[in-house]
Amino acid sequence: MIASGPTASPARIPRSVIIVTAIAITLAVFLLLLAVSGGNVGVAARAMGRGAFGSRYALFSATLVRAVPLILTGLAVAWAFSAGVFNIGVEGQFLVGASAATATALAFPSGGLLSLAAAMVAGATAGAAWAGIAAWLRVRFAVLEVISTIMLNFLALQLLSYLVHGPLGDPGGIYPQSPALPSSMWLPRIIPNTRLHLGFVIALIACASAWFVKTRTAAGFRLRLVGANPHAARIAGRVSVERVTTTAFLVSGGIAGLAGAVEVTGVTYALYESISPGYGYTAIAVALLANLNPAAVIVSGVGFGALEAGAAAMQRDAGVPIVVASVVEALIILVLATAQRRRWFADDSVIVTAVASPESA
Amino acid sequence: MSPIESFFESSVRTATPLLLAALGEMVVERAGIINIGLEGLIIGGAFGALLGATHGGVAVGFSAAICVGIALALLFYLFVDLIGTDQIVTGTAVTILALGATGALYRVWYGSSGAALSIATSAPVAIPWLASIPIIGPALFRQPTTTYLCYALVPVTWWWMNRTHSGLALRAIGESPHAAVVSGVRVSRYRLAAMCFSGALAGLAGGTLVLAQVGTFAEGMSAGRGFIAIAAVVLGRWNPLGVAGAALLFGAATALQFWIQALGLRVPYQAVLALPYALTLAALAGVAGRVNAPAALGRPLAPDATSS
Repeated sequence: MIASGPTASPARIPRSVIIVTAIAITLAVFLLLLAVSGGNVGVAARAMGRGAFGSRYALFSATLVRAVPLILTGLAVAWAFSAGVFNIGVEGQFLVGASAATATALAFPSGGLLSLAAAMVAGATAGAAWAGIAAWLRVRFAVLEVISTIMLNFLALQLLSYLVHGPLGDPGGIYPQSPALPSSMWLPRIIPNTRLHLGFVIALIACASAWFVKTRTAAGFRLRLVGANPHAARIAGRVSVERVTTTAFLVSGGIAGLAGAVEVTGVTYALYESISPGYGYTAIAVALLANLNPAAVIVSGVGFGALEAGAAAMQRDAGVPIVVASVVEALIILVLATAQRRRWFADDSVIVTAVASPESA
Repeated sequence: MSPIESFFESSVRTATPLLLAALGEMVVERAGIINIGLEGLIIGGAFGALLGATHGGVAVGFSAAICVGIALALLFYLFVDLIGTDQIVTGTAVTILALGATGALYRVWYGSSGAALSIATSAPVAIPWLASIPIIGPALFRQPTTTYLCYALVPVTWWWMNRTHSGLALRAIGESPHAAVVSGVRVSRYRLAAMCFSGALAGLAGGTLVLAQVGTFAEGMSAGRGFIAIAAVVLGRWNPLGVAGAALLFGAATALQFWIQALGLRVPYQAVLALPYALTLAALAGVAGRVNAPAALGRPLAPDATSS
């Protein structure tokens, strides 16, 4: 993000200190909450550590597998936020992406890698189209995307429910879910005897590409310019703000849809209503912890993957409900928001620096 | 009751929590704050109501709902105005926090026992004579107490915002906090009071859901009502009467499912459940270009305004 450069303001605390402090404060508050609610802090913390990093299985089959959708959805959020687009609808875009990928994979089961690629493209396209509704409402009718994307999340959930109860449902199955994908439609595993699949590589490539575009190309510069100050971008930079924000919205939705496609073909192998335990919302914390930097999203995605894998183990071993992970996420967002106060968006002082020295950003 | 009577009745009943939350949000938005955490305030209030009703009955339930709503509103206010964080990001965090915390506490405290299913609930109060008017009688006069509160709140907030000095000051803050400060308005106090009012009403909205509609608590039961309420504020153009109309429209969209069931129409039930959300999108697009949001909505306060 442009605003984080040392040139923006000389008296800023280093980014790394902020992040470490944020995590420390969050963990302290979290452990305090555990203790207050009568939980056994020692047992819970040990279970969490074991579940996230304690073994080869925990690391490669729990933490990193969980990190894949979080990295991709986190990247989707980071990309939109970078352009000042509050895409809270990554959850819904993930769901329609997963649905479209499932439909494609079931329709063309014998096409091998080509079908698999088609499923990915279908997922990304569906995600972009779903985001496109909100983008269109924003450009054409000035509808606040925060509200429209949330509404689209609920609509996506109902659409998914309809699909698995009807057109995409397994006729012979007991549960409302799609038939299992044929194994030719599964993303290959990349480490033997673990569940880590090719989606991890896809996520890394997506982040690396996004990082390159954002920091090394003119389009990326326009994106950051618009995100930092759309008004200045329009006047001083002669940038079409609508075009930049709409493109960012579509790209963001596309990445979220791809995340859904990867999850279906890499992990669940079938479509069902609870396919996302709220990845699209956790993604907001992932993106903010990464300071909207696509490369850093990898690290924060793995971090939150560890948190969720650990929380799952904590639920099994210590009886602490897994939803406490979202309390941790919310606390991290609040602490980071505090560190970033009044700096994220529309900060006039920042744009001067950015325009004067594009290379430093 | 005839199908049309029960349709009207359930429209008003489902509109009640939406209107409560939307009236509070309208007031804070008039003071320049957009609280996306409204959803969190409602689910917090709902859980507070469950907690209160479990231990002390309906009145305690409503009081606890109001307290939790205010507490979460104050948390939002602390970050947004005193610390100066981004309103949208903070609101999102408050919603995630409230959804997660209520879900976790619900599982820990109520998970295996059926205690949540046997709480005291608030029965509709029929107003003698008026409730027996055909068609609209049950809809307007056989409702939970909080609906009657709405009847009072809509005109009172309208009068207060448009006819009193303090209401004018509040609206001035939403247009230009700086100008308000220069005119001697104590911006921080107004915004703090507005947040408390909003928190109380959002909490009450959650309490109404639990105590007067569903009869129990479920994880995530707010189901987007906070966001629909924010849409109702836009649709109602930041005016209490308009907001009431918008809330009633969304209530009717939700109530339509009972109507469709009564008629025996063969529509996928997901389409019926999706209706309020689709209607929200359509309504927001419909009022485009004709709304005048408070000019300073969502902007952080400048330091000169926070110090007053």
